[in-house]
Amino acid sequence: MTSSASNKASRIAVHILLIAGAVLMIMPFLWMLSTSFKSFADSMKVPPALFPAEWHFENYSKVLETIDFARYYGNTLLITVSRTAGQLLLCSLAAYSFASLKFPGKNIIFLAMLAVLMVPSQVVMIPSFVIMRELDWLDTFYVLIIPGIFSAFGTFLLRQFFMTLPKDLEEAAKIDGCSYFRIYWNIYLPLSKSALVSLAIFTILASWNELLWPLIMTSSEDMRVLSIGISTFQGQHSTDYPLLMAGAVMATLPIIILFIFLQRYFIEGIAMNGIKA
Amino acid sequence: MKQRRNPSKLSIREAAWGYLFILPVVLGLAIFYMVPSAASLFLSFTAWDGMSSPVFNGIDNFAQLAADGKFTRSLLNTLLYTIATVPLSIAFAVILAVLLNQKIKGMVLYRTLYFIPVITMPIAVGMVWKWLYNSEFGLINFVLGTLHLPQPNWLFDEKFALFSIVIVSVWTSIGYNAVILLSGLQGISASYYEAASLDGAGTLYRFFRITLPLLTPSLFFVLVMSFINSFQVFDLVFIMMGQQSSLLDSTRTVVYNIWEDGFKYFNMGYASAQAFILFIIILVITAFQMYFQKRWVHYQ
Repeated sequence: MTSSASNKASRIAVHILLIAGAVLMIMPFLWMLSTSFKSFADSMKVPPALFPAEWHFENYSKVLETIDFARYYGNTLLITVSRTAGQLLLCSLAAYSFASLKFPGKNIIFLAMLAVLMVPSQVVMIPSFVIMRELDWLDTFYVLIIPGIFSAFGTFLLRQFFMTLPKDLEEAAKIDGCSYFRIYWNIYLPLSKSALVSLAIFTILASWNELLWPLIMTSSEDMRVLSIGISTFQGQHSTDYPLLMAGAVMATLPIIILFIFLQRYFIEGIAMNGIKA
Repeated sequence: MKQRRNPSKLSIREAAWGYLFILPVVLGLAIFYMVPSAASLFLSFTAWDGMSSPVFNGIDNFAQLAADGKFTRSLLNTLLYTIATVPLSIAFAVILAVLLNQKIKGMVLYRTLYFIPVITMPIAVGMVWKWLYNSEFGLINFVLGTLHLPQPNWLFDEKFALFSIVIVSVWTSIGYNAVILLSGLQGISASYYEAASLDGAGTLYRFFRITLPLLTPSLFFVLVMSFINSFQVFDLVFIMMGQQSSLLDSTRTVVYNIWEDGFKYFNMGYASAQAFILFIIILVITAFQMYFQKRWVHYQ
């Protein structure tokens, strides 16, 4: 066999392996999608059919009628957007200060912040509950948004990125008499779009998918987020899988679409995360 | 040139802005993370229902935990879960990363497909797998049946329940680990491979003697993170086993137990003690990994 022929054969083998794996990876999704269009009876058919016998698009509108899906959606969106905007602003400000400004105690404060990264979230869960109760924040948007704005991870990620930026622009701006805030705003932020988008994606993903925190900190119907809404939905309709799946599709779809558009930044962000080790 | 003549004034100004810029994050982290962490340690030594004032009870919680069958079971389950999930996920991720590192068409599409499980809401993941596992109407047992293989009652069989959750975790984490490993692979200089092919080294030789050793820094990161995440598993157990399942004990994990004792039964001091033990376990395991990394991690 010539070397190019063996190259071709190995490329085909790689494709076959990757396709087989990809089928296993997305099968659950296809199953979720297919089930979401089936009638209740159809979903219980033995043997299970890959495609619905009839397409029941109304499953989706039924979900909207059965549970207050629009509210959960709105809540989740509000929380995700506020947390992401807040983190981007506050973490980047702090990261700029840690990366570029000089002040006494900087290293110690930075180390203390890194220590926060090592404490598992379950350790803080119980005292947090008490603090939130004392603040009278339980079952409000405050508890779902504000603690999530402060991120040691986000500050660390951006600080690492800011450290790699060349200093000459900043020096020139200082000589021109630019204020520190303007240097941050007009030089650091525009040069760090990819890092900011990476952080945004991590925050969006964490806020959108979060379960344990809202489960503990909220109780009323008004404050429900998507993941909780769907989990209670399962209790109410323990056997109606088509409706459940329609709800799951609706909850997941925005993130998947966002991922497809921003996937380059996702991958870069994760790679960056790996490098820091 | 006023600034040049007055450097001390300038540095005071710089420090003032420096403090101001970090103030919001530092204050927020202190209130919402540092104070609760310290409080958690304190609460571990109290009996507390979450309402009245905590009553100091020394090491009672820890003594009680040592004899608490549910807690030891949850520790054991978490350990089994971790031991099964971490190697499986990393092994598949290495294979996937190596495949994705070939110069082939459709790389972006493959990467997207393999990454979708990572970004999906855990609730949705748990529900669809629960449906796939269903013993009567589920797709998995249907496929196994047509292949004349045994059809276990996955989530409702003591022997299989934990393993069923392991499968789902592996499925969700492969893509994430593979992306980190892929970035590690792409950092390996091509010159190593050129030198090896001049020596006539085969594919397997190149994999075990070049790729794997040079991948160890990324592998180390993936290993540490996977351990930490596995020890904190909650969402999948919560959604797949439900709260009523009579089989819950066979999948009860530490975080599930903390949630149940703390927020269902309001034994908050007792739950804090468990969270503290979990923290120590994760810390010790991470420290071990840090210590032993020099035995097997090669930095280029």
